[in-house]
Formats: sequence, C-alpha cells, structure tokens
Amino acid sequence: MAGHSTYVPATGLTRWLDKRLPIIRLVNDSFVTFPAPRNLNFWYTFGGILAFMLGIQILTGIVLAMHYVPNSDLAFSSVEQRIMREVNYGWLIRYIHANGASMFFLAVYIHMFRGLYYGSYKAPRELLWILGVFIYLLMVATAFFGYVLPWGQMSFWGATVITSLFSAIDQIIPHLGTAITTWLWGDFAVGDATLNRFFSLHYLMPFVIAGVVGLHIWALHVPGNNNPLGIDPKGPQDMVPFHPYYTVKDLFYLVLFLIFYMAFVFYAPNFFGNPDNYIQANPLVTPPDIVPEWYLLPFYAMLRSVPQKLLGVMVMGGALATLLFIPWLDSSKVRSCRFRPLMKQLFWIFAADCVLLGYCGSQTADAAWNIAGVDLPLVWVARLATLYYFAFFWVLMPWIGKIERTTPLPESIAQSVLNKGRA
Amino acid sequence: MKKLYALLAIPTVCSLAFAASLVSDPLPPKQQAWSFEGVFGTYDRGALQRGFQVYKEVCSACHSMNMVAFHDLAAPGGPGFTEAQAKVIASSYKIPAEPNDRGEIFDQNGNRLTRPGALADHFPPPFPNEQAARMANGGALPPDLSLIIKARQGGPNYVYSIITGFHQKPPHGFVVQQGKYYNPYFAGRNISMPPPLAQNSVSFSDGTPATVENEAKAVVTFLSWASEPQLEARHSVGFQVLAFLLVLAGVLFLSYRRIWHGKPVDQSSVRNTPGTGPETH
Repeated sequence: MAGHSTYVPATGLTRWLDKRLPIIRLVNDSFVTFPAPRNLNFWYTFGGILAFMLGIQILTGIVLAMHYVPNSDLAFSSVEQRIMREVNYGWLIRYIHANGASMFFLAVYIHMFRGLYYGSYKAPRELLWILGVFIYLLMVATAFFGYVLPWGQMSFWGATVITSLFSAIDQIIPHLGTAITTWLWGDFAVGDATLNRFFSLHYLMPFVIAGVVGLHIWALHVPGNNNPLGIDPKGPQDMVPFHPYYTVKDLFYLVLFLIFYMAFVFYAPNFFGNPDNYIQANPLVTPPDIVPEWYLLPFYAMLRSVPQKLLGVMVMGGALATLLFIPWLDSSKVRSCRFRPLMKQLFWIFAADCVLLGYCGSQTADAAWNIAGVDLPLVWVARLATLYYFAFFWVLMPWIGKIERTTPLPESIAQSVLNKGRA
Repeated sequence: MKKLYALLAIPTVCSLAFAASLVSDPLPPKQQAWSFEGVFGTYDRGALQRGFQVYKEVCSACHSMNMVAFHDLAAPGGPGFTEAQAKVIASSYKIPAEPNDRGEIFDQNGNRLTRPGALADHFPPPFPNEQAARMANGGALPPDLSLIIKARQGGPNYVYSIITGFHQKPPHGFVVQQGKYYNPYFAGRNISMPPPLAQNSVSFSDGTPATVENEAKAVVTFLSWASEPQLEARHSVGFQVLAFLLVLAGVLFLSYRRIWHGKPVDQSSVRNTPGTGPETH
C-alpha cells in the first residue's frame, strides 16, 4: 500500500500466484514489512484488539444463530433453555458473545479517545477517522439489534423505546413519524415481525462492519500510523517493520485484554447485564426503569436531559453526528495533546464528562445529588454535561487551537525515542 | 431574615416528604455466604437435595419451573441424584399424556389422561394456564422459578430475604393491603405471596433441623442451581482458561522484550524484518 513493495516471491508456486493474484504480497506489505512509527505505545494496541473482537463476535454469533429461534413465543426459551442448558457449551458461547459486546465497546471507546488525544483525526487522516465513526455507528446499531434478540423484558422495552423515538418526527410532519415507526416495526407494535427483521439485520451488519473495517485499514495504510508525538516520520530511522515489532506487542496486550474479558465471562457473566432481561418479554408489564446497556448510557442521558422529545432526539443524534466533523473543528497545527497543555486538560475534562453522562444515564429519572442539604437534580447535571460535550467540540476545539501556546515539538521520532532511552 | 428561614425550610420540608415516601421502599437484601460464590465456588450437594425437597413439597404448589428437566437432577454439577433416583422422582409426577391409540386425551369421565413422568420431561406446572394461576392466588401470578435468581437484583440474597422476610411489624402508618402480606424486602412491601416457610414445613432426611433459615438457605441454593446449572463447569473451565492465558501472557511478554531489545534504526533492517541485536546509534 504505502511505498513500494519489497516482497520477493521465493518459490515457483508463489511466483506463479504473485503474477495472478498478489495476495501474499498484499499481506506481506500490509502486516509484515509495513513500516510503523517506532514509538507507538500501549494505547495503539486496541486497533488489533478490535479486529479480534469483531472476529470473536462473528464466530460466536454464527454458532448462536444455529440454535436461536427468532419467534416471539420461542426466542426466550431458545436462548435460556436450549442454548444455556441443552447445547454443549452453549452457555460459554452465549456469555462470550454477550460480554464480548461490552468488551468490544470498551475497546472502541479507548481507541476513539486515543485518537482524540493524539490528534489522529487530523490531516491526512480525516477519512480514516470518519470511517471509524461509521464503524462505531454500525456497532451501536448492531448491539441494539442484538440486545433485542433474547426477548427479555429489557430487550422488548428497549426496542419499544428506541424505535418510538422516530415518532418524534410527528412534531414536524404530522403522522410521518408514526408511519415510520410502524414501518420499522412491521406491525402496529413491537412483535414477531420486529424480532425477525432485527435478527436478520443483526446477522447482516457485522459483515458490513467488516467491510468498513477493511476500508479503515486501507485508509490507515496510505498515510501510515499517527504516533504519540503526532509528528510525521522523517525517515526509516523513525520506523520499525510491523512484524515482528507490533505483531508481538499487539499479541501481548491482546492476551492481557483477553484475561480481563474472560474473567467476566467465567466469574461475573451477568455483571454488565440487567436482571430484568431474564424475565420473558411481556407487552403488558412495563419495567419500572428502562435502561440501555452501559455503552449507550451517555447518549441516553443526553436524550433524557431535554424535556422536549424531538429536541432530545436531535441532541442525541447531534452528539453522534458531531464526531464526523472533528477533523475540521480542531484548528490546531499540532496533533498530539502531549504538546498542547490547554487541550490536554480540556481533553481529560471531556473524558470525565462522558463518564459523568454515563452515570446520569444509569440513574432513575428523578434522582438527585444532595449537596449540603440542597437537592441538585441529576437531570441538571446531565444538562450541564451535555453542554460541555457540545462546547468541547464546537467551541473549545476551534478556539483553543488558535490561542494555545504549544510546547516545542521534538525534531524526529527517533531522536525523541533515543533521548528517552538515554535519560 | 424571616424570608431566609422560609427559604431554608423548603429543602427540609422536601426531604421530610421524601423520607415519608421511603416507607414503601424495599430494604437492601440480607447478605448471606453462599458455597457457590467465588472462583472455586460449587453448589453444596446436601443443600441442593434439601432445597429440591423444599421446592417439591412447598414452592411447587404455586410456582412452575418450566426449564428444568428431571434428567437435570442427575446431571454433573447438579443435586447429585443418581439416574435411578431421578427416574423414581420423575415417575412420581403425573404428566398430561400424549393421545392414545384411539386418539383420545380424556378418559370416559372427561378427565385428562396422564402418564408417569420420564427423565426427558420437565417439571410440570402447577396450573394449566396463567388465568388459572391468578384465580388460585388472589389475582397474583406466581413467577416461574427457572431463572428467578438471575432475574432479580440481588440474586440469591434477595430471594433468601423475601422468603425469610415475613412476620415483621410494619412501620407506623404503613397500610398492609387486603389479601397481601408485609415484607420489607419486596418493592412496595406489599407482597401477594403468603409466608411460604415455617418451622418444620418439611422434614429433612439427613437430620438437618428444618428451621426457616435452613429451609430458605437450601431452597435458594437449589434455585441458584436451577438458574445457572452450568456454574460448576463454568468455574472450572474458567480456571483452566485463565491459567493458560496467564502463561501465554508471560511467554509473549518475554518475546516482546527480546524482540524490542534491539530496535533497528536503519532502512536495511526495516526491509529485512530483522531479528534482535544491540541498538546501533
């Protein structure tokens, strides 16, 4: 991809293949000799971890689909009885898949915050970032469809609440929103038709994600990796070949990640779950608190913080859409926050802000903080946090880049690395 | 100044009003130690068998347990009955029979034909349908117990607290509704289930005194197994998986250190995918 290929086929067969389908050359140039900056740190291992997680989810998902029945009368027992009790190691595959979704999102959030911190969205990597945002949006949709499939109470009511958001369009064009919602459901309520199409889409979308991941890696390999210094490599002294340097590093951290992941699968498999989803869906009984999975809580908090339904939907959608514009919102010439003292602080406030939003989303709608005898409703905390979320991207990013005094950049990656080694 | 006091009074009054509404909020569950907790946790076989007895003789009068089959009673990681014992247990249940050779499912008196249960059968529900269950229970529906431990916040501690949480004096001003019972661990504190357990509700053949606490402990262990019958396999496979991953991480760490020890700095080594060597500078 980037640069000229150094692959030399060694045998008759590979020479023959190379003239017809240079697939070994492609793999060699992309994952073996591909030059990567020599200073990539721990936070850069999550790309590989994410590719691995996508593979795990697809593999376990294919096996689960062999035993799952997408029918509103049978779905719950096909999961809880057949898969969890009767299929050999069905419980293991199901817990790997369910916890895998949480781990996938944990990894993608780390990956995104890493990109934000080191300015990996800046030229010439704008498309790389945007493709990443699309992957994230596809992941959100896939996770939502998947969560509906076990047809527990939270599955059913989560599906009802989220699809009903489209009915907010009624406030602009009467009846259009309701019509869209009915069309999405395939019925006049969430039911069998909804479950069937969600299953179909849940099976389809991971392959769409895999396709966009291919584009994402392609768009990565043209400009090459960004790095913690955020400066362009000046020459080969700044680089190492991907293999063995990053294969071994990525593998080591992948295994550490797996230890963390498997600890949940085997010893706290329901940690991220909601007990209500072990109750079969019942359209006549609404659970007292309908909450999404943890990875969507910040957006849920934004939705709830706006008292007007349509505006709430727009704020939530806007929070996601904002991510697409980041490459052009940041006005700084310097990529990495290591050299941006002001942005570094604002970044960490932003990270804390996202956690705070997640916390607000996890609490009941009428929850409040009691500070020195005065009740501060969490909805107001969520409003302020939402305000900072948008201000960070739309006000602070364009403005700080203009006024900030950045610290001096090192001359090259190699110099920085070697100086550190000597010190 | 008076105004200022009035302002101060507002949150006080609000918090008092808030406190009053807390009377119907449930208490946090009582914390118990369970044999199946922790990395090496397993079910206590004696408790599972006693718990099965409590379920069979007490709970199953109102509660179904649709997802558990008789053969599960003899499965590894379960109550530890032999297959012969499980067969005897199964055959003590009457299961609605399949159509006979003449295609009949009712006898001459209009009664449903039945047959003894077999290992492949699941525990039969106490009521034929939801309406019948509600009719017999003052309008309330006793939930299926197959997943009850996983379907409640607090799990085993919650269920233990509910079934041992009766016979307490309601706080002053709390209204126990007609046909309901006061139970401080239940949301709203008015529960439709009458106190299920009493001293000597069952008689344990292993000599364990049949106190309410012992009965509750046993049946909650049994229900935990019913909710998560693969727990013991999960714990032991998990230990092997994590042990393997830790060793693999160690080996990979050594490889990682070895390979990065001599980072190349020149173009030629980039091309040749070098091995290790001292850093040249």
